[in-house]
Amino acid sequence: MTELPLIGEAVAVAAHGSDIRQLTGAKIGVVTFPGTLDDRDAVRAVRLAGATPVALWHADTTLGDVDAVVIPGGFSYGDYLRAGAISRFAPLMSKIIDAANSDARLPVLGICNGFQILTESHLLPGSMIKNDHLKFMCRDQVLRVENNTTAWTGDYAAGQEITVPLKNQDGQYIADEKTLDALEAEGRVVFRYVGWNPNGSRRDIAGIANAAGNVVGLMPHPEHAVEAGFGPEDGSGTEGLGFFTSVLNKIVGDNK
Amino acid sequence: MTETSAGRTAGTATETKKFNIDTVENAARTPDVELPWAELGLKQNEFDEVVKVLGRRPTGAELAMYSVMWSEHCSYKSSKNHLRQFGDKVTDEMKKDMLVGIGENAGVTNLGDGWAVTFKIESHNSPSFVEPYQGAATGIGGIVRDIISMGARPVAVMDPLRFGAIDHPDTARVMHGAVAGIGGYGNSLGLPNIGGEMVFDSVYQGNPLVNALAVGVMRHEDIRLANASGKGNKVVLFGARTGGDGIGGASVLASESFDDSKPSKRPAVQVGDPFAEKVLIECCLELFKGSLVEGIQDLGAAGISCATSELASNGDGGMEVELTSVLLRDPTLTPGEILMSESQERMMAVVTPENIAAFEAVMDKWAVEYSWLGEVTDTGRLIITWEGEVIVDVDPRTVAHDGPVYDRPYARPEWQDAVQADAFTGSVQDAGRPSAPAELAAAITELVASPNMCSKSWITNQYDRYVGGNTAMAFPDDAGVVRVDEETGLGVALATDANGRYTYLDPYHGAQLALAEAYRNVATSGAVPMAVSDCLNFGSPEDPDVMWQLAEAIRGLSDACMVLGIPVTGGNVSLYNQTGTTPIHPSPVVAVLGKFDDVARRTPSGWKEDGQAIYLLGTTAAELDGSEWSNMRGHLGGLPPKVDLAAERELGEILINASRDGMVDSAHDLSEGGLAAALVESSLRYGVGARIALQDVLDRDGVDLFTALFSETQGRAIVAVPRSEEIRFKDMCTARGFAHLRIGVVDAEGGTLEINGVETMNLDALREAHEATLPKYFG
Repeated sequence: MTELPLIGEAVAVAAHGSDIRQLTGAKIGVVTFPGTLDDRDAVRAVRLAGATPVALWHADTTLGDVDAVVIPGGFSYGDYLRAGAISRFAPLMSKIIDAANSDARLPVLGICNGFQILTESHLLPGSMIKNDHLKFMCRDQVLRVENNTTAWTGDYAAGQEITVPLKNQDGQYIADEKTLDALEAEGRVVFRYVGWNPNGSRRDIAGIANAAGNVVGLMPHPEHAVEAGFGPEDGSGTEGLGFFTSVLNKIVGDNK
Repeated sequence: MTETSAGRTAGTATETKKFNIDTVENAARTPDVELPWAELGLKQNEFDEVVKVLGRRPTGAELAMYSVMWSEHCSYKSSKNHLRQFGDKVTDEMKKDMLVGIGENAGVTNLGDGWAVTFKIESHNSPSFVEPYQGAATGIGGIVRDIISMGARPVAVMDPLRFGAIDHPDTARVMHGAVAGIGGYGNSLGLPNIGGEMVFDSVYQGNPLVNALAVGVMRHEDIRLANASGKGNKVVLFGARTGGDGIGGASVLASESFDDSKPSKRPAVQVGDPFAEKVLIECCLELFKGSLVEGIQDLGAAGISCATSELASNGDGGMEVELTSVLLRDPTLTPGEILMSESQERMMAVVTPENIAAFEAVMDKWAVEYSWLGEVTDTGRLIITWEGEVIVDVDPRTVAHDGPVYDRPYARPEWQDAVQADAFTGSVQDAGRPSAPAELAAAITELVASPNMCSKSWITNQYDRYVGGNTAMAFPDDAGVVRVDEETGLGVALATDANGRYTYLDPYHGAQLALAEAYRNVATSGAVPMAVSDCLNFGSPEDPDVMWQLAEAIRGLSDACMVLGIPVTGGNVSLYNQTGTTPIHPSPVVAVLGKFDDVARRTPSGWKEDGQAIYLLGTTAAELDGSEWSNMRGHLGGLPPKVDLAAERELGEILINASRDGMVDSAHDLSEGGLAAALVESSLRYGVGARIALQDVLDRDGVDLFTALFSETQGRAIVAVPRSEEIRFKDMCTARGFAHLRIGVVDAEGGTLEINGVETMNLDALREAHEATLPKYFG
């Protein structure tokens, strides 16, 4: 809770946060595990969306008063054993699981390694295995938003196509047929790969939600597409920002 | 959940081992003991020097230290006399932004606004041939630790790679391993990979070049140096445990041990653990933030030998260390092996007694193991004990800095004249030079599909270029660009270049051409070149031909730095790159760092807007010797393109001003593959074609169409200029007296590259040819 990202943006988090808080009052936590890589990017995305980023440390035992949580990408614990398998046991994860399942339905977004942690934590079904081509893949990826009623997709139109970076080694989403059928039937497939399936994921699934729609996980990286000139060259380059504005609108709406 | 997290204190690390410890006392008593100095790589005169320095024979542990620290790799004994030129040929003007110069882990350059940048390029060549994955991975790890040691947060990496022939059966092994290793390690650190090089040439078959560059940024007050000062301050080793990997010759010292049950097959190549390195990065940055360390040094080549002797000799001059306190992952290691081990992901620091608790708290938070080894003294001696018995007692300067220095004999090779006389034009390989429109189109397609000119996306798609959210430009643009300050957009650009063929033909000018190209690439992106780091990859310095190549390259490079006004701030020399008696092409890889006041002004290498005017800057001569075209035809001879550093500087200023004032929307430098390659690359960058007419160029420069397309004359670039800026841009070039010609327009509709006199080329077909080559050979 008291942890802030180190160097550079640490100051920015506090400085920007105090101004923007007046705007929305929404606080979004970003969890750092040992080996997390995209935490500073997620903090930046939260800030650009207009919320106050709160740096959370995996060993924290309380979530404090955050209104939502982002579990960012990286190689937590080196992906040793299995991606996300060790991180799920972090003290903070049990708090996140409880809050996500509580009546308050805390919005939780898992990106890449964060998605892997969410499946390992059983907040989301299925699992990720090595890409079918067996290589790390970094590319700009087109996604179709299949469900715009989740906590993290409200600002998109259903069927909208967005371009965000994809970068992973273990991105092939798998689940048994029954689970996949259930996800489809319940509208819980939130994102699908368009044009090319970059990793062999079942049914082109890029991201899914839990039944309540407050927990969303996906392999591609919306936090890398929030600032023109630093994201994908196709499209506006900022087509990932909607994740963060969506949850902000949801929080503000719920608080009205 | 973190069972490995507990920090250990001195004395608990190692079980008592039965070693026949060769103490200093014993060494003094037994002067005639035979020592395996030759097996450890020392020459007779060097061993004699050690004995003279110590006034007695060295102990086994001392011998281990001197042998690794006096090796070519650590002591620069063959190149030192020549490398001095980088420090000598520097003006005050060149020094004004240099905060830390050559000699530290990496040089530091002032960026303004209180920001500083540090960068360095290093080689990891031979390990990458033996074990490509770990060799390349630990190359990244080592250079990143150099950057952390300066107090900086690493922000990007780059990898210049040179492999054997693309169709040789062993090339795929090295290529797959090295690329996967760079990706596997670099991607796990959260450092964007923003560029590099890829060259295939049979001269690198048994000796690939895997170089790695890292760049880091810091506030001025965070700069840290490797020195151990302050009597009574504590010395701590932290990070990964010390193991038996990366011990080269030290195994000959295993006779120290009575225990013959040692693990026998230990890798000579170090094994990397990127997760440990990532944690180490964050942990070190937290130490810096709290000002918890007085001095810090990464452990790379020569491990603890290097760290203790360098820290001690750069500080107050004394240190006492108990070696049994080192945490081991292999308890059978002998003292000599512990001193020489190159296990990765380790750092050594000096901490004041008051900061011990705070230091330990940071270690515990990041679950990093550490052990207190000893303390700083003012005795001027580095004393290392084993269970209290003194096994090393040396003046650390004699280990770290006063190694042997050689004036190796060198002479212009006898074959050089014959090579230079063998021009491509008129050679057997030049027969049937294309001239008809269809032939020229086929030649261009063949060029952009050739191993050295084809798309590198098969490689770069395996690297994370996005992480950090500050990458403003990356491969395939001319330079990688990273933002440093989010408030202002302040940032840096980096490019690395080398041309082994040019340098083989003429080492003095070839090295200058490498610098000129890297400089041009940085300026093409719109950044102001500021500093140079170089990785000098050469054959054996004991071969006078090679030594001449090295001497000439250093002389050429240092002269050119003076003319361009940018200093060398650090680098690395890699010698003995050869198979048998056949050396590689001399390959000085030069990295240039440039500065952007605002990275939003960067210029990409491809055009997008229909109707923009395309200009060719600079003139073209018939310079095909050493070119990619001659290489494709199997010819290497003649003289490399002419160097004109004044023109490079002028061109650079034009490109920088054009970027700053918004006069160009794209810019691409002309280098390997000449205008033909540049036109295709600028078209394929965004899939937008062009209509080109070169008649004015042919008339002005007196060359034919083939030469205009394939010559590799330096000091040239192509730019796309918005119609509204054309007059202003032309006026600027005219005022500066720089040759410029409008050669065509951007054509966003046609999907083709049309060049008058060349059969129209379809962009889709060009892209397919360009991108198919690496997948064809490497899957």
